[in-house]
Amino acid sequence: MLHAWLQSLQDSTLASAIREGDRLFPWIEGAHVLAMTLVIGSIAIVDLRLIGLTSRERGVTQMTTLALPITWSAFVAAVITGGLLFSSNATVYAHNACLQAKLALLGLAGMNMGAYHLLLGKDAAAWRTAALTPWRARVVGGISLCLWIAIAACGRWIGFTLSAHG
Amino acid sequence: MNFLDTLCAWLGATTASQTIKTAEWIIPAVQLVHILAVASVMTSVLMIDLRLLGLRARELTVASTVNRFLPNLWGSLPVLLVTGATLITAEPARTLRNPTFFLKMALLLAAVAVTLTCQLPLRRDATFWERSAGRRRAIRLAAIVSLALWISIVFAGRWIAYTRGA
Repeated sequence: MLHAWLQSLQDSTLASAIREGDRLFPWIEGAHVLAMTLVIGSIAIVDLRLIGLTSRERGVTQMTTLALPITWSAFVAAVITGGLLFSSNATVYAHNACLQAKLALLGLAGMNMGAYHLLLGKDAAAWRTAALTPWRARVVGGISLCLWIAIAACGRWIGFTLSAHG
Repeated sequence: MNFLDTLCAWLGATTASQTIKTAEWIIPAVQLVHILAVASVMTSVLMIDLRLLGLRARELTVASTVNRFLPNLWGSLPVLLVTGATLITAEPARTLRNPTFFLKMALLLAAVAVTLTCQLPLRRDATFWERSAGRRRAIRLAAIVSLALWISIVFAGRWIAYTRGA
């Protein structure tokens, strides 16, 4: 069932064009890397502020309004370009351990973000503009930073496990 | 043999090059650090250029945006040079015999020149680029050129893996 779906995805006109052309894959991969650097960089702005390492003279809210629109736009671009890269060789990528780990880590990063809103949302008004964040906010920021670095690492390793183009 | 061939042969035979090649994990790990530093550069550049274009963070002044994010860029460049040099040492011919690598370096020099041109007048006068209509137009153009250059550098970086020299 899943295999049939992956196979039909891989056989689609677009996926075949990406797989068989010489130029399409590197261009999409470049766009994916660009989107990914902006996702991680903008999330790091928020995480480092939550941990209390940077921008302490500005409130957490100010940093999230500054960074998160970029995070979400870049994330949408990363999902689209990542999906296109995946489709070009779906049946193989689906069994790749690095890709599976990357998706699991993305799930954890989403849960961490949910935890931030659940655990810290209620009393947020009290500390969001304060220079010193509570320890829970620091833990969430630290976990987020580690998860996103691991996600980037998995992404880089997919290239080494599956293609000749490191 | 020309100079670059000699350099590649010598560099490839050094102990450092042999060591990096023998341990399989070193190249992807160094590439990961390189990509994380690219994330820092690209996010900082985007934050500054969007502010210069007046598209984001208008509640922050140009000077405070530049002061917050430009040190990230200058701090990340040495990391990029060291990790980049390590990758060249590991596989000299992959880059030094590759026209895309030299295109990337030329684009990098241009991007650094544009960034310095924007930054240096702000040291003497924080509102330098807001003082006349002509300067406001010039700084917007510089922001667009800067974005285009840095984005091209990311694509060129990924294309190095797909192009080989003659």
